[in-house]
Amino acid sequence: MTWWLTAIVLLIAAVAMVLTVLMLVRDESPPSDRYFVVLGVLLLALLVQAIGGCVALANTDRDVEGVTFVAYLFTALLVVPVGAALALVERSRWGTGVLVVMLLTVVACEARLHSLWGAA
Amino acid sequence: MSAPEASTDDARPRLGAGPGRILVAVYGVFAVAATGRSLTQLGLDAGKAPLAYSLSLVAAIVYLVATTCLLRGGRTAWWIALVACSIEAVGVLVVGTLTYVDTALFPDKTVWSHFGQGYGFLPLVLPFCGLVWLRATRQAS
Repeated sequence: MTWWLTAIVLLIAAVAMVLTVLMLVRDESPPSDRYFVVLGVLLLALLVQAIGGCVALANTDRDVEGVTFVAYLFTALLVVPVGAALALVERSRWGTGVLVVMLLTVVACEARLHSLWGAA
Repeated sequence: MSAPEASTDDARPRLGAGPGRILVAVYGVFAVAATGRSLTQLGLDAGKAPLAYSLSLVAAIVYLVATTCLLRGGRTAWWIALVACSIEAVGVLVVGTLTYVDTALFPDKTVWSHFGQGYGFLPLVLPFCGLVWLRATRQAS
C-alpha cells in the first residue's frame, strides 16, 4: 500500500482536528458547512484508500492478514459518516466532541493499517 | 437546519444525550473493534487460544449491549447498561491482571489484555466513565 495515501488521510484528519478543537473552544455547534466539506474530502481520501488498499492487497506478495486489513480499511471509511451524523443530532459541545473521537479512530485505523502492512 | 434546541424540562440529562453521545461514539467504536477481533480470531484459528478468543467475544457482546442501551435510553436500558459496565469493569481488571500474572493462560491477546494496552488503555477507563455517567443519569431514566 502506498504510503502517500496514508499521509494524505492523516494530513486531512489533522486539518479537521484543528478545526474541531477550534469549534470546541469557541463552542460552535453544529459544525459549519465548510467543516463538512473538509469531512467530505477526508471521506473521499478514505474511499480511495479503501479501494487502493484492496487492490494492493490482491497484488502483493506480502503475508498480510487480509481480513483484518480490509476490516480496518472499511472501519476508517465508515466512522466518518457515523461521527458526522452524531454531531448533527447532538447540537452541543458534546456533539463536536464526538468528532474528536471520530478523528482519533481514523488515526488509530491508519496506524493499525500501517503496522499490518509493515509487519508482514 | 435551524431547529430550535429541544430544552428538556428536567435538568438531568438523558442516557444517550449530551456527554452520553461521546460514550455512544466510543462504545460504538469498541463494539465494532471487539466484534471484528473476536470474529476474525474465532474464524481463522479458534484452537490457538480458546480462552482469549472467547473473552474477546464476551467483550464484544458487552460493548454491543452497552452501546444499544445508551442509544435506546429508558429505565430498563439503564439497568442493563449498569450490568454491562460492571461486567466490563470486572472483566478488564481480572483479565488485565491475569495477563500480567499468568502469561501462559493467554497465548494470544484480547481487547482486555494488559488492561487494554493495545487500545491505548481506553478499555480500562471506559467502564468507569460509563458508571459515572450512569450515576449522573440515575433518576432521569
